[in-house]
Amino acid sequence: MSGGSYYVPDQSRFPIFMAFSLFLLVMGASSTINNLGDSTSNSVYILYAGLGCLFLTMFFWFRQVIKEHLAGLDSNQLKQSYVYGMAWFIFSEVMFFAAFFGALFYVRTFAVPWLAGEGEKGIGIAATELWQGFESTWPVITTPDQGEAYELAKKSMAWPGWDHALKWLPLWNTIVLLSSSVTVHFAHLALKNGNRKNFNILLGVTVFLALIFVGLQAAEYYEAYAHYGLTLNSGIYGSTFFMLTGFHGFHVMMGGLMLTIMLARSVFAGHFEDHDHFGFEAASWYWHFVDVVWVMLFLFVYIL
Amino acid sequence: MSAVIENHHDDHHHGPAKGLTRWLYTTNHKDIGTLYLWFSFAMFLVGGAMAMIIRAELFQPGMQIVEPEFYNQMITLHGLIMIFGGVMPAFVGLANWLIPMQIGAPDMALPRMNNLSFWILPFAFFILLSSLFMEGGAPNFGWTFYAPLSTEYAPPSTTFFIFSVHIMGASSIMGSINVVVTIMNMRAPGISLMKMPLFVWSWLITAYLLIAVMPVLAGAVTMMLMDIHFGTSFFNAAGGGDPVLFQHIFWFFGHPEVYIMILPAFGIVSHIIETFSRKKLFGHSSMVWAMLSIAILSFVVWAHHMFTVGLPLAAEIFFMWATMLIAVPTGVKVFNWVATMFRGSISFETPMLFAVAFVVLFTIGGLSGLMLAIVPADFQYHDTYFVVAHFHYVLVPGAIFSIMAAVYYWIPKWTGNMYDERLGRLHFWLSFIGVNVTFFPQHFIGLAGMPRRYPDYALQFADWNMVSSVGAFLFGFSQLLFLFIVLKTVMGGKKATGQVWEGAKGLEWSVASPAPYHTFSTPPKVD
Repeated sequence: MSGGSYYVPDQSRFPIFMAFSLFLLVMGASSTINNLGDSTSNSVYILYAGLGCLFLTMFFWFRQVIKEHLAGLDSNQLKQSYVYGMAWFIFSEVMFFAAFFGALFYVRTFAVPWLAGEGEKGIGIAATELWQGFESTWPVITTPDQGEAYELAKKSMAWPGWDHALKWLPLWNTIVLLSSSVTVHFAHLALKNGNRKNFNILLGVTVFLALIFVGLQAAEYYEAYAHYGLTLNSGIYGSTFFMLTGFHGFHVMMGGLMLTIMLARSVFAGHFEDHDHFGFEAASWYWHFVDVVWVMLFLFVYIL
Repeated sequence: MSAVIENHHDDHHHGPAKGLTRWLYTTNHKDIGTLYLWFSFAMFLVGGAMAMIIRAELFQPGMQIVEPEFYNQMITLHGLIMIFGGVMPAFVGLANWLIPMQIGAPDMALPRMNNLSFWILPFAFFILLSSLFMEGGAPNFGWTFYAPLSTEYAPPSTTFFIFSVHIMGASSIMGSINVVVTIMNMRAPGISLMKMPLFVWSWLITAYLLIAVMPVLAGAVTMMLMDIHFGTSFFNAAGGGDPVLFQHIFWFFGHPEVYIMILPAFGIVSHIIETFSRKKLFGHSSMVWAMLSIAILSFVVWAHHMFTVGLPLAAEIFFMWATMLIAVPTGVKVFNWVATMFRGSISFETPMLFAVAFVVLFTIGGLSGLMLAIVPADFQYHDTYFVVAHFHYVLVPGAIFSIMAAVYYWIPKWTGNMYDERLGRLHFWLSFIGVNVTFFPQHFIGLAGMPRRYPDYALQFADWNMVSSVGAFLFGFSQLLFLFIVLKTVMGGKKATGQVWEGAKGLEWSVASPAPYHTFSTPPKVD
């Protein structure tokens, strides 16, 4: 509810610069992807230029917002706008992952059994003529076309049983990421109690755990490609595995970057007060969100 | 930068900046609303020109004007441009102009992000339209871009299409977050949720739908991109995926999207009918509950677009009943509009003409939707011109008539000038006749079995196609009259009062016409 005067910023160059950066970014990305394998193509430089402009614009835009905040221009009402805005942004991210989880559930429940001739829609030409001998299992290691068009994976990333649990990277990844959610929570508590030193340390530990997670994830991908023969080309299991964990990993990197910036703001600029730190809180919300996504991933991609 | 901050309080009450930068750098909700509305008008004319090409080709059986490949590109771009470039930005423009004024807020909650949401769009549509000139031509798989047509058999420009959809989606999500935050956080004291004007309510629900489903569309095009270029098999059975999966994901986005294009229309029409009936709107809270029900149901009806793909019987029955259930809240709304007019002192100025036509013609479109919801009947109607007639009845005399009604209704508030009533009515009657002559015969040729999306057709469909094309040209060229009327009103005309319409209620009518550059810097008192 509106109470007093609300800060309406003056004209700003940032938005149109950002729109133009996005334009460069997607033009560059599209032409790069269309020219993959063509070494004479320079389109990747447009992509880099777009990325560079995007980060620069974001840097100056956020800097401006922080300055306005420090100048006392934003009322409690404006802060409330940021709170709502971040919450709805996270909701949109939830829906983005929902599309990929929906695809996973659909292929596991319907598409793969039907292709193998099971269930109400499984009878017919698909099972008897096209994909003879295809059996419905999850993970799908042998694709319906028996790997003619798709590379055959030797092994999946699924739960290997208790005997091998300690050597199973996803378990360690889960421990690392869940711990980082705990540390970022205690960092928040330390900040609320006015304990700057503990805040910095705990936030630093969180960022460190984020780095470990990304490192372990990279190791897992290397293992998948180099030793398991599991790639993006391995049929639907590879598709869902890499897209879900890949987008999650990308979000971990974004969240980790946000937390790193918050850490730098606290350490080098002394930003954030015990009662006034929504910038950090928004980043920590985002961090808890990527954590919850991981728990879902762990359950539905790795365990079940 | 810090100088800007220090000077802030001095220049808070100034008017717009001079020159081009006013529009490039603006953070003012009225400027951004104007930009959105002009952009959507431009896209409406571009998409309309494509419709003219389509109808010209269909004027007679046989191929006469364009190549089939180009025809496919036209139907694809016509759909994408009208939906993402025409209807949606027009509603966002209206939201920008009206929501802050209707709830007594000084501006949108996040003004700079508001500007960003707009300026992404011209770039996105530049990319989409430039695909016409690329090798292999523009996307040619229909606006629904079903796999595998859009993955295995698509032109290279599909990559550009995918990324332009990505940034359009980002624009929509940011715009919607802005709307939700504005409505939740910026209402003047005293405006409780149930006292909110219906246009604001309709946009709160629309924005929620947009935030929920635009990311799903982003997911769908991302899977397409990966299937095309990086070897995944989401939509390929050989790798264990399923082309039908694409349709599920697409329509999980697509059906709420349909309501995104009609809910704001419900809000607009409620205001206009109330004003020109000079009566309190019948059933304000039931209108809100009806919109909420429609929005919630929109998430569980998507597969009614896919009855013929071979769904399990249980799914067909569930989606049939869920779809029919939507007729109940929609019926409540139509009933309330009619009940508002009942025994009112009605006058038929141009906005009211469009609003009444909306109620009648949207109901026709809704009823043909009910016919399509019946599974066994849909097996006959699926992908025929009956479907084309259905969704054009809800989109053209539905969504677009409501936008035109809104423009006539609020343009005196925006420009300070009254539009030319005589020309406005002429525009209405030409559009009304044009729309019905175009789309009503498509019911007949659809029921007779003419499939949609073909550039040629069998001889027995020739007569009604010719009639339909004549209607389309009438409707299309009438919109140039609309452009003329809008420009004439912007340039000058009879001065409008603050109240503008005798029966108008609401905060936006309490300020002068044209509305000052900044309204409600401090919140108004509302009882």
